[in-house]
Amino acid sequence: MTKPLLTVEGLVKRYGEHTVLNGLDLTVREGEVVVIVGPSGCGKSTLLRCINALEPIQSGAVRLEVAPISRESRDLPALRQKVGMVFQSYELFPHLTVLDNVTLAPRKAQKRPRAEAEREALALLERVGLADRARDYPRQLSGGQKQRVAIVRALVMHPQVLLFDEVTAALDPEMVREVLDVLLDLARQGRTMLIVTIEMNFARAVADRVIFLDGGTIVEEAPPEEFFDHPKTPRAQKFLNTFTFDAVKRPHPSSLADPTT
Amino acid sequence: MSIAVLRDYLPLFARSALLTVRLGALGILLAVLVGVLCSAAQYFRLPVLQQLSAVYIELSRNTPLLVQLFFLYYGLPKLGIRTDPAVCGVAGLAFLGGSYMAEAFRSGLEAVDRVQLESALSLGLTNAQAMGSVILPQALSISMPALVANVIFLLKETSVFSAVSLMDLMFTAKDLIGLHYNTVESLTLLVVFYLLILLPISILGSLVERRLRYAGSGT
Ligand SMILES: Nc1ncnc2c1ncn2[C@@H]1O[C@H](COP(=O)(O)OP(=O)(O)OP(=O)(O)O)[C@@H](O)[C@H]1O
Ligand SMILES: [Mg+2]
Repeated sequence: MTKPLLTVEGLVKRYGEHTVLNGLDLTVREGEVVVIVGPSGCGKSTLLRCINALEPIQSGAVRLEVAPISRESRDLPALRQKVGMVFQSYELFPHLTVLDNVTLAPRKAQKRPRAEAEREALALLERVGLADRARDYPRQLSGGQKQRVAIVRALVMHPQVLLFDEVTAALDPEMVREVLDVLLDLARQGRTMLIVTIEMNFARAVADRVIFLDGGTIVEEAPPEEFFDHPKTPRAQKFLNTFTFDAVKRPHPSSLADPTT
Repeated sequence: MSIAVLRDYLPLFARSALLTVRLGALGILLAVLVGVLCSAAQYFRLPVLQQLSAVYIELSRNTPLLVQLFFLYYGLPKLGIRTDPAVCGVAGLAFLGGSYMAEAFRSGLEAVDRVQLESALSLGLTNAQAMGSVILPQALSISMPALVANVIFLLKETSVFSAVSLMDLMFTAKDLIGLHYNTVESLTLLVVFYLLILLPISILGSLVERRLRYAGSGT
């Protein structure tokens, strides 16, 4: 087994009186793809935001290898460079071209020379099929293209782990696939990823491990086949049922006509 | 209207126009500085400073410049602080303009979604880098129309400077009308000089706005 890369220990996150995460523990090993699923509002986004110290937490710790990531970390920007994050709403910078969106952080935060940053940016854009859009502004792109740029923007920093928060949830159905294909490609490259998604078929295909989050903690944790085919807890069963329509399926017309039924 | 009178008055108006522009520019520069500080205090929700700037903004926006100037000109000496008219004019303009500038910056900052900041931070940019490269360029392009309007508004407000015996355009016009009753010539020059100052700013402002609009907006 590979070594633990990202460790979350006893994470407690409250908004006022409302406890969203209640002592959550999670370890992501190097090269592992972990998919997080759970009902709306269970704290999936909050978890990812806490991992990146975008939210103050009330208790617990997040570590990348041995380095604690917290809002008090002196080297927080350098740590965040190693944790790539992709948002549901893309969050490209509208005033910058695609190429500048991708090279901004390498140049400013990592002090890499422009020429080198642009070379890598173009190579990565090429890989997701967007090299010819490098000089365009985000507003000229489709949702799927924007999200692929956002992924490239995270990749160019050479992160050790990537966080994806429902990156296809804002997309039109026909664009979902092109983004998921990029994620599958990253998984094949052996990247360490923590993915929040509602695309259950995708989760089954990409995950090494599925985590079911509910009520502020991990309720169930299993390899994808086991989780999707034989969920152990009633809460996970109920959650997975919301994605199928078997229970409400209408009988076939021919069976209605059959007098023996 | 007498051409001879216009010619005679021209240097007087030119000199006072220069004073209007000089004091106006200085006051506006300081107003921008005050505005940046106040809006930063509010954007980053800095304790104490945030409340202070809120109080200042209400005070500044809801009192006339003339009253602010009188306070500086007649009030401060009573507290033992010596003030000359030029300092009063600049300080008054900065006090009034600071709140308007703060509101312009604030509305620009608020129009940029906070997730943009988070997105920049998650890439490993520092707060300063994220503000400088991501938030401010967007906020400024949104604020630009309000900022230009404020500059024009504040330059027009300098016309009350004459009340603290500054020899600005308004002062000169009133003075000459009082002395020689050449009302038409004086008022004509007054209008012409205000237009000479304000029109270029207005035109430049809309050019800048258009440029910024091309580059920015639309996620
Ligand atoms: N800034 C905030 N202030 C107060 N409450 C918040 C805030 N952000 C999130 N919450 C609450 O925390 C809970 C978890 O929110 P979160 O966005 O993490 O859920 P989620 O699992 O990502 O849901 P979804 O599937 O809808 O994206 C929700 O009940 C939400 O209302
Ligand atoms: Mg969410």
